Amino acid sequence: MAAAALREQLNALLSSMYASGLVDDQFQQLQMLQDDGGTPGFVAEVVTLFCDDADRIISELAALLEQPVVDFDKVDAYVHQLKGSSASVGAQKVKFTCMQFRELCQHKNRDGCIMALTLVRNEFYDLRNKFQTMLQVVPYVLKGPFDFQVFTGIVKMEHMLLKLKRIACPCFLLKFV
Amino acid sequence: MAAVATETPFHVLAVDDSLPDRKLIERLLKTSSFQVTTVDSGSKALEFLGIHHDSSTPISVQEDQLIYNQEVAVNLIITDYCMPGMTGYDLLKKIKESSSLRDIPVVIMSSENIPSRINRCLEEGADEFFLKPVRLSDMSKLKPHILKSRCKEHYNQQSDGKIDESSSTPTNSSSSSSSSSDNSNSRKRKAEGDAEILPKANRSRHS
Repeated sequence: MAAAALREQLNALLSSMYASGLVDDQFQQLQMLQDDGGTPGFVAEVVTLFCDDADRIISELAALLEQPVVDFDKVDAYVHQLKGSSASVGAQKVKFTCMQFRELCQHKNRDGCIMALTLVRNEFYDLRNKFQTMLQVVPYVLKGPFDFQVFTGIVKMEHMLLKLKRIACPCFLLKFV
Repeated sequence: MAAVATETPFHVLAVDDSLPDRKLIERLLKTSSFQVTTVDSGSKALEFLGIHHDSSTPISVQEDQLIYNQEVAVNLIITDYCMPGMTGYDLLKKIKESSSLRDIPVVIMSSENIPSRINRCLEEGADEFFLKPVRLSDMSKLKPHILKSRCKEHYNQQSDGKIDESSSTPTNSSSSSSSSSDNSNSRKRKAEGDAEILPKANRSRHS
């Protein structure tokens, strides 16, 4: 059945996102807040808002860093915003690169900041691609409350396995996720 | 025995300049059965609360807006700390300076764990401080603050002059007698009953 195959694909995508540290616990919080009706509503909405917001901030940062004299306070303020919203949706890698970016801001290191912006942009684009794939598949997978419970059940189990992996870290465990 | 019909949900005003964060806090609150209004700045929050932020007396721009604000009781305010213009801390101060708003519990949210910031907010009268990102489990901390402030308000109403007597209290303007026969009800039920009949009671102007 097509829906089952898609669900498998979705689960594989999500578990790779958790495994690579692209998303963290907070993303699971979002999934828990999914509408009961089984529509992708909330997750789709908040993820889309985050992506639009991040896009906007990255453009602003690029413009600021192009100035002959860089206003590092403004740069820092924008990076702080992006760090905040990425934390709120569970975009872990983006959040971490923002933290590094802020350090460079504090040292008023222009070249470092330009490099950091490139990193943030790359991480963000990678995440956005995955989100877009996820959102395309989700409407076909989530058809009702039962499906959704199965969905979160699988994600939770995989997430737990990932946590074990991080603690134990022996290679053989990788086979089971 | 009074049958309890559907209780009016508590109304939370959420303030955050970040759109994704606003969406998240709105969803968290709605999932926890709160009625939610979100605004993107401290000044809009004060407008919604019916306060012009240059003074503490309620001034509103339009007649119908004035009526709207007075009909909408806010049971709790949750605000981000870092916002351009008026910070969450500035907003907290304005709320505590206002005789009509100071009893509304205020929760501050911040992505930065800075003890001096947290202490400053709590000293200024914030009821709770949430570290972002906010989670579902944080929502259960809100209702106790709302209920506590309602008990306090109810107690104030009683000690300012009995609620049954409508004209003898000089300062308390919200002590009308709509629920004077409710001695057998619990305090909480009574406060909620007041809110349904007299939304203004929640923002009464007793000092």
